[in-house]
Amino acid sequence: MNMIAENFTLLYHGFGIASDPFNILLMAIGILLGVIIGVLPGLGGANGVAILLPLTFSMSPTSAIILLTCIYWGALFGGAITSVLFNIPGEPWSVATTFDGHPMARSGRAGEALTAAFTSSFVGAFFAIVMITLIAPLVAQFALQFGPAEKFAVYFLAFASFVGMSKEPPAKTVVSMMIGFALAAVGLDMVTGQLRLTFGVTELLNGFDFLIAVIGLFGIGEILLTMEEGLEFRGKAAKIDPKVVWKTWKTLPRYWMTSLRSCIIGCWMGITPAGATPASFMAYGIAKRVSKNGKNFGNGEIEGVVAPETAAHAAGTAAMLPMLALGVPGSPTAAVLLGGLLIWGLQPGPMLFVEQGEFVWGLIASMYLGNIVGLILVLTTVPLFASILRIPFSIIAPVILVICAIGAYTVNNNVFDVLMMMVFGVLGYLLKKTNYPLAPLVLAIVLGDSAEEAFRQSLLGSGGSLSVFWSNGLVSSIMGLGVIAAIWPLIGMALNKLKASPQPA
Amino acid sequence: MEQAHHGAETGPKQRSVEMGTALLTLLFGLIVVYGSVIVGFGWSSDGPQAGFFPFYVGLIICGCSIINFVQGVRENPEPLFAEYGQLRQVLKVLIPACIYVALVPFLGIYLPSVLLIVLFMIWLGHYGWPLSLAVAFGVPAFFYITLERWFLIPLPKGPIEAMLGL
Repeated sequence: MNMIAENFTLLYHGFGIASDPFNILLMAIGILLGVIIGVLPGLGGANGVAILLPLTFSMSPTSAIILLTCIYWGALFGGAITSVLFNIPGEPWSVATTFDGHPMARSGRAGEALTAAFTSSFVGAFFAIVMITLIAPLVAQFALQFGPAEKFAVYFLAFASFVGMSKEPPAKTVVSMMIGFALAAVGLDMVTGQLRLTFGVTELLNGFDFLIAVIGLFGIGEILLTMEEGLEFRGKAAKIDPKVVWKTWKTLPRYWMTSLRSCIIGCWMGITPAGATPASFMAYGIAKRVSKNGKNFGNGEIEGVVAPETAAHAAGTAAMLPMLALGVPGSPTAAVLLGGLLIWGLQPGPMLFVEQGEFVWGLIASMYLGNIVGLILVLTTVPLFASILRIPFSIIAPVILVICAIGAYTVNNNVFDVLMMMVFGVLGYLLKKTNYPLAPLVLAIVLGDSAEEAFRQSLLGSGGSLSVFWSNGLVSSIMGLGVIAAIWPLIGMALNKLKASPQPA
Repeated sequence: MEQAHHGAETGPKQRSVEMGTALLTLLFGLIVVYGSVIVGFGWSSDGPQAGFFPFYVGLIICGCSIINFVQGVRENPEPLFAEYGQLRQVLKVLIPACIYVALVPFLGIYLPSVLLIVLFMIWLGHYGWPLSLAVAFGVPAFFYITLERWFLIPLPKGPIEAMLGL
C-alpha cells in the first residue's frame, strides 16, 4: 500500500515535468508528426521514430522520449484515418478498422467512424496507461532480483511467444528471429573482444544498426509493396464538426462492454510481444461473435470500429510496460524507443525505476497528457490530414525515399548505412511477400547482444550446463511458460484433433 | 505498356519464390555457422568463445530453412507471387532507388535527391517540368534548412555543394 502511495507522489512530480510548456509543445509536434507518419505509406511508427531519433540527441532524455512517444501515439491515431477514408490501412494494426470503418465512410458516416475510432483509441490507450502506472513499478521491483538466467528466461519467453502467437508458420518466425540474432552478433564481440562474422569487411566492424534495418525493412519494403498495387489512391472526404462528435460520443457508452473486453485483450497482447495487430483482429473477431449486431459487422457497424481500435491502442501502449520494467520491448516501435534509451545512456529495465525515477515518471505522466493532447488534435485536424493523403504517390514515393535515406545517414553519419538500408528494403519486400514476420527480426537485432550476454553469463555460472535455466522455481516457471508459448501451435493442433476424433470421420 | 490480354497475366509462382527464399536463408545460416567456426564456437579457459552463440543461431536457421523449403515444395504450385506487370512497377521504383543510394557517397544527398524526385514525377507521374522542379528543389531545401541550420546535423555533400560554398 505504502509503495502505491509513494508512486502517486512520484507520478505527481512526473506531471510537473510533463506539463512544462516546452514539453507540451513537443507533445503537440510529436502527435502531428506521428499522424503524418501514420498516414503516409512507407512511414510508420517504427521507422518514423527511427528516422527522427537522431534529431533528439541534443535534447534532454525526458524531452526526447516525450517527443518520440508522442510520435508513436500520433502514428497509432493516424492509422485509423487512412483505414476509414481510403480503405488503406496506414499501419498493419488498423487493417481490422477498415472492415467497418470504410463502409461507414462510404455511406456518408465518415465523421462518425473517425470520432468513434479516435475516441476508442484514446480509451484503449488510457486504460493501458493506468495499468502501466499501477503494475510497472511492481514488475520492476520484482525483476530486481533477476539474475542472468532469469533475464535470459524473460527474453526466451518474449521470443517464444512470437513463435506461438504469430499467424505466420512457426519455422518462418524462427528463421526471421534468428536472422536478427545473427545480424546482432556481427562485429565486435563484447565479451571476448574478438571480431566475428565480419569476413574482413571493415564496414561491418560495428555490426548492423537496428535503426537502419527498421528504416529499410519497414520504409523501403513498404514502398515497394505499395508500388505493386499501382499508384491510385481514391478516398472519401471527411469533415468532423462538433455536432457529429457529440452525437457519436452519446452513442459510445452503449458499447462499454466491447470496449472493456478490447482493452483487456489489447493490454495482454501488448505486454507479450504479440503486438497490436493480432490484438486488433482478436478484439474484432470476438466482438463480432458476441455482439447482437454481429451479423451486420462488415457493413458499417460502429462497434466494429470500436473493438479493433481500442485493442490496437491498448496493445500499442501496453507494449511500453515490458520495455520500461524489464527492458524487453513489446513492439517494434517500443524496440526503437528502447534503442533510443540506450543511446541516451539509460539502461531500460528494473534499475531504471530506481536510478532514473524522474525520467520514468515524467514519461508515464506524459503518456496521460500526450493522449489527451492527441485526441483533441486529431479531432480538430482530420481534414488537413485527409488532404495529405490526396497527394499522389508519384510525388510521395520519392520524397519518402529521400527521407528514409536522410534518416539512415543521420544515425551514424555514415553513407554505407544508406546502402545497407536499401539492402534491408529489398529483404523486407521479399520476406513480407513470403509471409516471414518482420517484428521478431527487429526485436532480435535490438535485444541480440543483451540476450547473448545473459545466456553466456548464466552458462559461465553453471560451467556450461543448461540446467541453470531450471535451477530454481522462478527461472523454471518463466522458462516453462516460454516452452508452452513456443509449442502453442502444436498444443492447439492436438486439442483440435482430440475434439474432432469422437465424431466418426 | 498496356497489356492486351486481360486476366491471364503470368508471373513467378509463389511456390518457387518461397523455395528460393528458404534456400537464401539456408545459405545465410551456413555463412553464420562458417563464420562462427572460424572464431571458435566451443569453450575456452574463460568460458564460451565468441562464436558460441552465433553458431547455434546459425544451426537453427539452417534447420528451420530446410523445414520451410520442404513446406514450400508441398505448396500449391498455382498461385502467383506477383504478376510481371506488378513486378515491373516495383522495379520502376527499385532501380532508380538503387542508383540513388549508389550516387549518394559520391555526390552527396542533395543532388541525387533532386534527380530522383524529378525522374519520378516526370517519368512515372507525368507531371510538368515547373511543378516537378519546384518539388525536387523544395524538398532538399527544406531538409537543408531544418537539419543543417536548425538541428546542426550535417548531411553528406558532394562536389556541387563545395562549388557553391555550402
